[in-house]
Amino acid sequence: MEQQAALFNYCLRLGDTNLVMGHRLSEWCGHGPVLEEDIALINVALDLIGQSRTILSYAGEVEGKGRSEDDLAYLRTEREYHNILLAEQPNGDFGGTIVRQFLFDVFHYYFLEALTASADETLAAYAAKSLKEVTYHLRHSSEWVIRLGDGTEESHQRVQEPLNELWRYTGEMFAMNEVDEVLVAAGIGVDLAALQPKWEGRVNAVLAEATLQCPESGWMAQGGKLEGRHTEHLGFMLAEMQYLPRTYPDAQW
Amino acid sequence: MTAVIDLEHQHIWAWLEEVKDPEVPVLSIIDLGVVRRVEAEEKKVEVTITPTYSGCPAMKVIEDDIIALLEEKGMEEVTVKTVLSPAWTTDWLSENGKQKLKAYGIAPPVGSVDKSALFAEPKNIQCPQCNSYNTQMVSQFGSTACKALYKCNQCLEPFDYFKCL
Repeated sequence: MEQQAALFNYCLRLGDTNLVMGHRLSEWCGHGPVLEEDIALINVALDLIGQSRTILSYAGEVEGKGRSEDDLAYLRTEREYHNILLAEQPNGDFGGTIVRQFLFDVFHYYFLEALTASADETLAAYAAKSLKEVTYHLRHSSEWVIRLGDGTEESHQRVQEPLNELWRYTGEMFAMNEVDEVLVAAGIGVDLAALQPKWEGRVNAVLAEATLQCPESGWMAQGGKLEGRHTEHLGFMLAEMQYLPRTYPDAQW
Repeated sequence: MTAVIDLEHQHIWAWLEEVKDPEVPVLSIIDLGVVRRVEAEEKKVEVTITPTYSGCPAMKVIEDDIIALLEEKGMEEVTVKTVLSPAWTTDWLSENGKQKLKAYGIAPPVGSVDKSALFAEPKNIQCPQCNSYNTQMVSQFGSTACKALYKCNQCLEPFDYFKCL
């Protein structure tokens, strides 16, 4: 596999995951359980979508076919999306959203930390910039996992259940294929296997503090990031997200 | 690292003081530290800026404002370039800018970037209204990406804190 093709795919994985995650969080706008959390979730969404814009613009440059960030976001089908499956899972209630965010934030933090050393200058700059923002995301979701887990019987259950449900999607974050091999060898990509112990360490520490039970690792669902095979939820999201630019292709703000 | 204001294009840097942050209109983009470089040749100018936050919607407005202002000043070919590295930090906020923030009712960032991602003790932030340090954080996320929400236990007023990044 050529490095350019690998890098394009790699950028789509990062950009799509952030875009889908950001879109999911933005669904909370006006529906947060308290005003401060409504604002917090939307702030995180804004950061993720902003990061996605940077990386999808770069994907377009790498591809060299003149596609813009908007072309890539709005004019690709579900099977062309390379986000992780965790990102597209429905929000559930606030507890479910927080658990999904926490599992991702821990990964995102260590991933970006490693990506700052990338031989690709744009990726390294993107990582250094985004890491500062994600540090706040991680702190926010960790604190809520602890507060809810170590809260009342009801709040404990409301995070333990989504944790059990979403755990099967965590393995995909570390899945790699030839895209990763090519880019790790070139010093551009991150060796995800090396991140897993760090992720587990941090997740376990927070879950212990939250008095939550870490689910047993078994079969892991994957297919989104590497192959573009998604759960049923992504199509509905894209239908809504892409409706306007597909219906009115020349629409401007 | 701060932007070095070169003498050659001093007048352009002075003009750029007129471009304000649309979300915190007391701060100029120079106070904010987002202007990294100015290059000019006769009536052709290139201004390099860096975003505060990746998703900050103010960046597009700032870009448009720079172009409009420099054209008004007689420049003919104005381009605005955005760079991500080195990443913007609140350390680049000027002293003058910090004082303007406080006068505007926003507590300026204290110290430098907080590296501890987890269980960080919120810092002692001074209330911009009554100057008391008896304050508490309500939320790490405020009305814009760059601010956290605090309240003062002394005068009981809520206030924004321009958080470290």
